[in-house]
Amino acid sequence: MDYATLIQILDSTLRLATPLLLACLAGLYSERAGIFDIGLEGKMLMAAMASGAVAAVTGSAWAGLGAGILASLLLGAVHGLASITFRGNQLISGVALNFVASGVTVLVAQSLFGQGGRTPPLSGDARFNPITLPFAEAVKDVPLIGPFYFEVLSGHSILVYAALALVPLTWWVLFRTRFGLRLRAVGENPAAVDTAGVSVKGLRWAAVAITGVLCGIAGAYMATALQAGFGKEMTAGRGYIALAALIFAKWRPVAALWACLLFGFFQALATRTDVVEGLVGMKVPVPFLDALPYILTVVVLAGFIGKAIPPRAGGEPYVKER
Amino acid sequence: MDKLPRWADVALVPFVSLLLAAIVAAIVLLVIGQSPTEAFKVMVEGALLSSYGWGYTLYYTTSFIFTGLAVTVAFHASMFNIGGEGQAQLGGLGVALVCLALPWPHWSVALLAAALGGAAFGAAWAAIPAYLQAKRGSHIVITTIMFNYIAASLLVYMLVDVLRPAGQMDPATARFPEGTNLPTLNHIPGLNLLFPKDVPANVTLFVALAAAWAVWMLLWRTRLGYEIRAFGKSEPAARYAGINPTKIIMVSMLISGGLAGMMAINNVMGESERLVQNAAEGAGFIGIAVALMGRNHPVGVLLAALLFGFLYQGGAELGLWTSIPIEMRIVVQGLVILFTGALDMMVRMILTRVFALFRGRPAAQGAV
Repeated sequence: MDYATLIQILDSTLRLATPLLLACLAGLYSERAGIFDIGLEGKMLMAAMASGAVAAVTGSAWAGLGAGILASLLLGAVHGLASITFRGNQLISGVALNFVASGVTVLVAQSLFGQGGRTPPLSGDARFNPITLPFAEAVKDVPLIGPFYFEVLSGHSILVYAALALVPLTWWVLFRTRFGLRLRAVGENPAAVDTAGVSVKGLRWAAVAITGVLCGIAGAYMATALQAGFGKEMTAGRGYIALAALIFAKWRPVAALWACLLFGFFQALATRTDVVEGLVGMKVPVPFLDALPYILTVVVLAGFIGKAIPPRAGGEPYVKER
Repeated sequence: MDKLPRWADVALVPFVSLLLAAIVAAIVLLVIGQSPTEAFKVMVEGALLSSYGWGYTLYYTTSFIFTGLAVTVAFHASMFNIGGEGQAQLGGLGVALVCLALPWPHWSVALLAAALGGAAFGAAWAAIPAYLQAKRGSHIVITTIMFNYIAASLLVYMLVDVLRPAGQMDPATARFPEGTNLPTLNHIPGLNLLFPKDVPANVTLFVALAAAWAVWMLLWRTRLGYEIRAFGKSEPAARYAGINPTKIIMVSMLISGGLAGMMAINNVMGESERLVQNAAEGAGFIGIAVALMGRNHPVGVLLAALLFGFLYQGGAELGLWTSIPIEMRIVVQGLVILFTGALDMMVRMILTRVFALFRGRPAAQGAV
């Protein structure tokens, strides 16, 4: 594999890792607050449809982004209602919402546009277009670093950079602010938070809302940046890969970035089988590359690469003592 | 909070949940500009008002009984097996390998062997997540989800690169030999009077009914079943009573995976008569809805499976005869899981209030 090919693959790695990263950080807030969220996939799908539809109608990618966030928040609200207010089973709620999203997106897109459950193709301002970073043109010809900066780092949509910026921001919020401390505490020992006079429900609702916003951005990115419009089941299990990345990263923001880049790298490799075969020296089945993130997650879960310990109060509804 | 009477707990709670799901589904239809009453009529006509429709409804029901029972058995051990889909896919692989391995002389022998093959493959696919849960504490929900995806990839590989006959374009196995073709209901003496036309429902329906009885026997009439239920109710108590947690997790998940895998004799052997991609078609996931709706009891599972059989056949008819997309049935499935599974408490709270009203609130006054 020569340097140019590597650059190409790294470029698509970053592009493909972005929705994973956004969804992974979304899940991070929720799970750190003790709310398991299997429904990342459904929220992304809902947001992708809403943003694709609104961007197609208004011609504005930003309006699409707003609609995507709202749609994702709506599903998040149902999840919050089921798992916080009515203390239901969070896993079942997530599974249910994924099915609802999978069906409703096709129903709505079909009734709005009548194109077999797709939204119309987007172009121009209805998409988030690539932006060129400063000096990219200037350093383009510098050996090694030049192409890396020009091809891999520069030339992505604004949402890619937003996702990358969210990693340090999330770290700062979680580990350097009062809100973050309380959020983590509510995921480990909600009774202690309650004793301190802080609302457990309030914190958990806040976490679910942040999850909704981030999944909304992830979905909008899918429909208005990565691809040009919404298509049936377009998230294709990315919500679950993000969940896998979250476990792989042991619920830590910076590690989440590396995990998502790694899983994005596999996705990029799966489209370039010729390169993989050149590297390994034998024919590698594409399905194996597709399955690799899941296999790795199982290995991590099994505790062979360090131990993944979830937030202690995760998945358990909090019952205030009376 | 007052306790609900037993009949309300068993029958009224699922009914109200279903009603709420139906109301929301109707609202969804209204929002996309369709008529809910018209849709319901098409579904009933297509699924229940002809023997042809029943032939399909019962075919789907058969699959859902297996996957519903699979989820039920695991639920009783407080294991949430979301991996039914992957286990059913692997079961399909097992059934296909058995059917293609020998020139089977008679369908009954082939059925027995294929059922064992499907169950073994399904159980094997559940064994790894079960072992990891029992020994390493890896959360069964996450591992079974991962195994669904790994199963999908594995099947793509097997069908494209290994089992596809030379010169065939679509990724599928060769047709199974004549001797493995199961009799459909229209070929069974007696039943052929009810089903004059060729229908996909086949003898597997009776295997499914037998499986439901066997699961009931296992859970409520054997020592193992008692141990499974005790473990599911309280792990510390079960441990204290000398019940081996590893054994219970492994056994309940193996049975669960086996039941999900056995589903493949219905769709792979009984209907398509070869293994195609994504053969389980989401039936593994519907098992979750069926088990929740059926209150984790085999009788409830049979009824809920019939309901979902109706929904699936009815949903297919919607896709055929109306402009409502076939995906409507996935929405309904999601809503049923949401209301019966996640918002269970909400339904109970509403019902408890209603019951208190009818009693003239003696309980509420007595409490003050």
